[in-house]
Amino acid sequence: MQHGKYRFIVGFLALPLGLYALFVVWPFIQSIYYSFTDWTGLSPEFKMVGFDNYSRMLDDDIFWKSLQHSLLFALLLPVVTIGLALFFAFMINVGGRKRRNGPVITGVRGSGFYKIVYFFPQVLSIAIVALLFAFAYNPDSGAINSLLRGIGLGDVQPLWLGDPDLALWAVMGVLVWSTVGFFVVLFSAGMASIPAEMYEAALLDGANRVTTFFRVTLPLLWDTVQSGWVYMGILALGAESFAVVQIMTTGPGGPDYSTTVMVLYVYQKAFRDGQAAYATTIGVALLVVTLAFAAVVMRLGRRERLEY
Amino acid sequence: MKTTETPAPLPAESGAPITKTDVPPPAPPKEKKEGTVLNVFSHGVLVIWAFMVVLPLLWAVMTSFKDDRSIFSSPWSLPDSLHFDNWSRAWTQANMSDYFLNTVLVVGGSLIGTLVLGSMAAYVLARFDFPGNRFIYFLFIGGMSFPIMLALVPLFYVVNNMGLLNTIHGLILVYIAYSLPFTVFFLTAFFRTLPTSIAEAAFVDGASHSRTFFQIMLPMAKPGLISVGIFNFLGQWNQYMLPTVLNTDPDKRVLTQGLVQLAVSQGYKGDWSGLFAGLVMAMLPVLAAYIIFQRQVVQGLTAGALK
Repeated sequence: MQHGKYRFIVGFLALPLGLYALFVVWPFIQSIYYSFTDWTGLSPEFKMVGFDNYSRMLDDDIFWKSLQHSLLFALLLPVVTIGLALFFAFMINVGGRKRRNGPVITGVRGSGFYKIVYFFPQVLSIAIVALLFAFAYNPDSGAINSLLRGIGLGDVQPLWLGDPDLALWAVMGVLVWSTVGFFVVLFSAGMASIPAEMYEAALLDGANRVTTFFRVTLPLLWDTVQSGWVYMGILALGAESFAVVQIMTTGPGGPDYSTTVMVLYVYQKAFRDGQAAYATTIGVALLVVTLAFAAVVMRLGRRERLEY
Repeated sequence: MKTTETPAPLPAESGAPITKTDVPPPAPPKEKKEGTVLNVFSHGVLVIWAFMVVLPLLWAVMTSFKDDRSIFSSPWSLPDSLHFDNWSRAWTQANMSDYFLNTVLVVGGSLIGTLVLGSMAAYVLARFDFPGNRFIYFLFIGGMSFPIMLALVPLFYVVNNMGLLNTIHGLILVYIAYSLPFTVFFLTAFFRTLPTSIAEAAFVDGASHSRTFFQIMLPMAKPGLISVGIFNFLGQWNQYMLPTVLNTDPDKRVLTQGLVQLAVSQGYKGDWSGLFAGLVMAMLPVLAAYIIFQRQVVQGLTAGALK
């Protein structure tokens, strides 16, 4: 198959690779370069300033706040989301009533229905979800507070997004709401491929459901959990958190910088404040955080692969 | 969100460890009880979460039929009459029809481009051995874990210098470029699983490399293309960050952007019911498509993570 092979390879790769290099790779390289300049983004002139942007960043209180919030997102969101999803998936697949002459382990009745419904938020744009919840959180006329009034909790009327202590949690709740379903379906598929004999053996040995979950289901599902963890963390550091914070919070990033995240701060510095070089500096910090997060999860999560 | 229910009552560990030599007769009452308690509990938790998912969506649909006053005074009451005028107002006056059209154009163009370019690159990377193959492959998939926002700052000026800012085709090219990492990753794995013998036979019969690709390999790769196509369709249809940065012309706005702008401008216009109608209008087609093509959508979206 040598005839014309290289011409074919070049012909097929040129367009995709060229587009990718121009719009993705080249800007990445440029932005690392720009982080050592004083470029404003408004005019084409700039000069090299060494590590000035980096030392400025280390003294920037808002940067530290955004870093703190981003780290919280990357650590807490995957734990909560994946924890809930594993719990739901286990209930759906293993929590069923034992039927006479049926298999030892069964899913609950209507498991298909739950999987369909839980997946709803996943197909909606995060921007639409964020808008919807911005209204739901409205302290006076929002759905949540009026629901609380309706069930007799009229005294409990939080300001939600208006309360600096609560706003970040309110935003995180929305991200959990919108991603749990995806992981439920993902883990359900994984659980369905675990052979029933494994469960039968565990039950014969006297294991209850909790033990079964931690000793059988979780280890066999570990690879999926781990890649889901990295996936969720990257989302929580990047595009998803940008959308929810930018759309839902006042400021955006407020009140009083209580919800600002790194990705939003990059955007604001570059496209609102005309400090493109400084924005890329924060972007480089975000890159470091993202890669470190992925490396740590892959490292901590390394286990012997279980074949079945 | 954790429910406040008590944790599952753990079935008491059976007093004596069951050994193989001394298998006690199964105790039906206890087992039945354990099953029932667990069953009730798991159903309870699952139903609560199902409500929490559906309730906000139903609330939005309901609100889109109400007038502005009752939206604020009683958020949970049913609409006194169905205000279909909200919907027509959103469609015409609030430019939802333009946003829909822009989104369809952008997503249509990018989806086709992504699938064509992605499968070409993936096929070459999966089937041909040449110096630099691994490097190019990792260059592509590296794009999956990098924070896109970092590239967007210079990208804005790259796109601007090329005269592509605020154009539909410029947005299409950028969408394609940022969809390639996952598409190449997924399709490379897929092309590797296809048998080589058929392509070789075609080649022996005198078909060129590109003819073999378009007439034999692409049709064989159809299941993979459908999965990755659905994945990209949803990702591009729901895209918010890229257009927010690169598409600042009010006339070119895509759906997500348009809705957010609409929400911002309601601060002084006050047409909240129209905004809710717009939101529901944007939600329903995707939800309907999901319910119809449920199996394929789930497969497409989870396929990548299961690899």
